[in-house]
Amino acid sequence: MACTTGPVTSTLNNEEIHRYSRHLIMPEVGIEGQQKLKAAKVLCVGAGGLGAPLAMYLAAAGVGTLGLLDFDVVDVTNLQRQIIHGTKDIGKKKIDSAFETLTDINPHVNLIRHEVALTSENALDIIKDYDIVVDGTDNFPTRYLVNDACVLLGKPNVYGSIFRFEGQVTVLCTEEGPCYRCLYPEPPPPGLVPSCAEGGVLGILPGTVGLLQATETVKLILGIGKPLIGRLMIYNALDMDFRFFKVRRDPAWAPGTPHPTIKKLIDYQEFCGVPHASEAPAPVAAPVPEITVKELKAKLDRKENFVLVDVREVHEHQICNLPEAKLIPLGTLPQRLSELNPADEIVVHCRSGVRSGKACGVLKEAGFKNVWNVKGGILAWSDEVDPSVPKY
Amino acid sequence: MAKVSIPTPLRQFTEQKDTVEYAGATVGEVLNGLTGQFGGLRQHLFNDEGKLRNFVNIYLNDEDIRYLEKTDTAVSDSDTITIIPSIAGGLN
Repeated sequence: MACTTGPVTSTLNNEEIHRYSRHLIMPEVGIEGQQKLKAAKVLCVGAGGLGAPLAMYLAAAGVGTLGLLDFDVVDVTNLQRQIIHGTKDIGKKKIDSAFETLTDINPHVNLIRHEVALTSENALDIIKDYDIVVDGTDNFPTRYLVNDACVLLGKPNVYGSIFRFEGQVTVLCTEEGPCYRCLYPEPPPPGLVPSCAEGGVLGILPGTVGLLQATETVKLILGIGKPLIGRLMIYNALDMDFRFFKVRRDPAWAPGTPHPTIKKLIDYQEFCGVPHASEAPAPVAAPVPEITVKELKAKLDRKENFVLVDVREVHEHQICNLPEAKLIPLGTLPQRLSELNPADEIVVHCRSGVRSGKACGVLKEAGFKNVWNVKGGILAWSDEVDPSVPKY
Repeated sequence: MAKVSIPTPLRQFTEQKDTVEYAGATVGEVLNGLTGQFGGLRQHLFNDEGKLRNFVNIYLNDEDIRYLEKTDTAVSDSDTITIIPSIAGGLN
């Protein structure tokens, strides 16, 4: 591995020797290991849930060069888990806020800013200067992009991902180990797997998973221990259960040879079936008519004869709701169609309008003719009609 | 009866059950029992041709069944089948 071989030139000054003394007295690290850490260049893709805790510990541990790639802004909903940012940082660029924290943790770290989205055009150029990439992104196109760039450049990719109470960690793209495509050859189609924004995540989980990634990164740099290569670790916080599964390198990809199918970076949005922002969305079979929250308010005020259906989950209904709405969670809608009358006018809402759009599709397929989706959901209701309704 | 471990993202289709047990001589038979009871799960595991999808891995104990006999892999009562879908969350 690039980071564990070659001459190490990074000498430590007296302040650094004092700072890292708890490392230096361990024979597995020692002065030589600490110099390897100082010489190492690690790129954290994303300064969010996973990137925040792992960057903090990598900086504290003395990783000499830490690149951060992020172009997002700190939002109040990030603070439940992204402890590199604080309340005072809301509205700041994440990269600025993260740099402040990291510089305070360890001023000896050379921080490199990549305030961009990783793309097929810039990925190779950015990643080539690093020894190890730590993937803390949140979408399939970037996951496959990071993987393919690491395969092409021969850089280890310390992978972590999270969902609700569950995390996955593994080390990919080493000389002899598997890559992400060996683990999952294809991404799921868009919409099949909910994101953290839709599915939620226990705030502590990315801390645990990010620190497992940081641990693997430090082990790779030091060349010690048994790295998580060829093994997928699944952590379940509810059961407090760590399980390990074998991940094999694609037999068609012999160590020391170029990958048989990854030859260059491709269009990952297309690969993952995500429509380009610049393109019009693919026409759906039967577009669902929408009404705005203001129109809904007017209909309610006029006491029009229609049925308002809320397709969110029970626990979301407890956060906030429209009293006129009948709660039928989307997953239970097919079984509960008999509670609705196809002759009625049905108006469906959810949190943001996505699930209610799906519900309208279910209703139309079941023969309901007069179905409307509330554009923007209860979030828009809070913004435009009644600010006393909390947003979540 | 082999145990099937259901991952968090797919528990919405199994009435939130985390493990279920089905009789079956092969992984395919056990999964058929599972998708027979919870129909919503089927499209997440199999494509229209009935082939396992490429973004969901099925493990018999700690081994990916792609490297065993796929859905024909024999199962005994002490085995655990684990479904592991790809998840991408991490940044936001």
